[in-house]
Amino acid sequence: MEGVDGFFERMVNEHQDRIFAASFAMTGNRHDAEEVAQDTFFRAFRALQTYPPERIRDLKERAWLHRIAVNVVRNRVRGVRPKVVELNGSQPDRSPGPEAHVMERMQIDELATRVAELPIRYREAVVLRHVRDLSYAEVAEALGQPVGTVKANVHRGLKLLRGDEDDRADD
Amino acid sequence: MIALTTDLKRLGDVKAPAGFADRVLAQVGVSDSYARFETVLGDVYVAWNRQGVSAAARSASAEEFEAWFRKDVGRPLSRAVAPRELAAKIQDELNGKRRMRFDLRGLTPFSQAVLRKTREIPRGEVRPYGWVAREIGHPAAVRAVGTALAHNPIPYFIPCHRVVRTDGKIGNYGGGGPEAKRAILTLEGVRLQRLQEMAGSGYRYQGMKSTKIFCFPTCYTGRHALEKNIVWLRDEASARAAGFRPCKVCRPAVVA
Repeated sequence: MEGVDGFFERMVNEHQDRIFAASFAMTGNRHDAEEVAQDTFFRAFRALQTYPPERIRDLKERAWLHRIAVNVVRNRVRGVRPKVVELNGSQPDRSPGPEAHVMERMQIDELATRVAELPIRYREAVVLRHVRDLSYAEVAEALGQPVGTVKANVHRGLKLLRGDEDDRADD
Repeated sequence: MIALTTDLKRLGDVKAPAGFADRVLAQVGVSDSYARFETVLGDVYVAWNRQGVSAAARSASAEEFEAWFRKDVGRPLSRAVAPRELAAKIQDELNGKRRMRFDLRGLTPFSQAVLRKTREIPRGEVRPYGWVAREIGHPAAVRAVGTALAHNPIPYFIPCHRVVRTDGKIGNYGGGGPEAKRAILTLEGVRLQRLQEMAGSGYRYQGMKSTKIFCFPTCYTGRHALEKNIVWLRDEASARAAGFRPCKVCRPAVVA
């Protein structure tokens, strides 16, 4: 028991930022992101209780945790579209004053909102590949999809983010 | 938009909010949560985790409890909503039913043995420090037992207040000083004045004329005996000389 607890504690400390960032990009706001990230670790912990030691030893933690996070998002947003947040007159940085930090945070939040508006299959792929910087192989493992599918979804997701709507009909 | 992938990478640098890992660890019970509970003893702060209850104190404030816990137990701590099930267990425990599990990790094996043994002392009874020492197989370690009990992280629930000095003095109490110890024992139904008067005159055991058994004065087997059937005894040797054998329940001496 002590062993699993210690393993989990290390895992939370090591991966909390990554899982939070992925959750943030997939949900589009910090509040939901915290819920998703917390739920992800909660499920991970419960799963670890049932795993034999060999399975825990051979665990590919990063892909495993991202896969859980993706599933949490899939389950909670089924049928619910993220709300569009109005950001009235959010202009690019004017001066590097004390507001610079706030501005950067707003830009980041705005980008997260846009990513969160992507259809889920593109969103997952883009977030894991480009936000989280996983390799295509890891993304494929986390999503349980073939590498080719992942590549195509990443490509289409990026196109949509660039404002190129044409590709949507392709799928 | 050329820098889209660069922007996406920046999104990946977002950090989890402060305290996130602690909240996760507390949620699954790997680390400790705490809440304030209303009890017969007044408000008691209780900390718990997956293994069981890990600490208790009648602190003046949540801040005070947190500071004490971090220093004494040395683990992070998150405030939580009091679970109803635990509140019920606390109630039962203070009423004499033993339902609680404890987390004694971080204590020495000796301290753990002392606390486990102390937990066997029933409500309404007391035992001397030397009894705990003998029962855990370290008869000479009486002072060490006192030290272990003084650092009991879970007073009230692990009843260190039920361990007293043989000379009738109440002894120290980490859970609020000798006065608090006296108050709790009285609440539990110990006839402290009688106990202390007899101990002060050198009487440590009471023998039952009818059964020829001698007990600690608070042992429940003798609680309803008539005063005229009770003989007060000074020590084991004189008890045995008078034909008494030690009680097998409270074990005032090694049972042959």
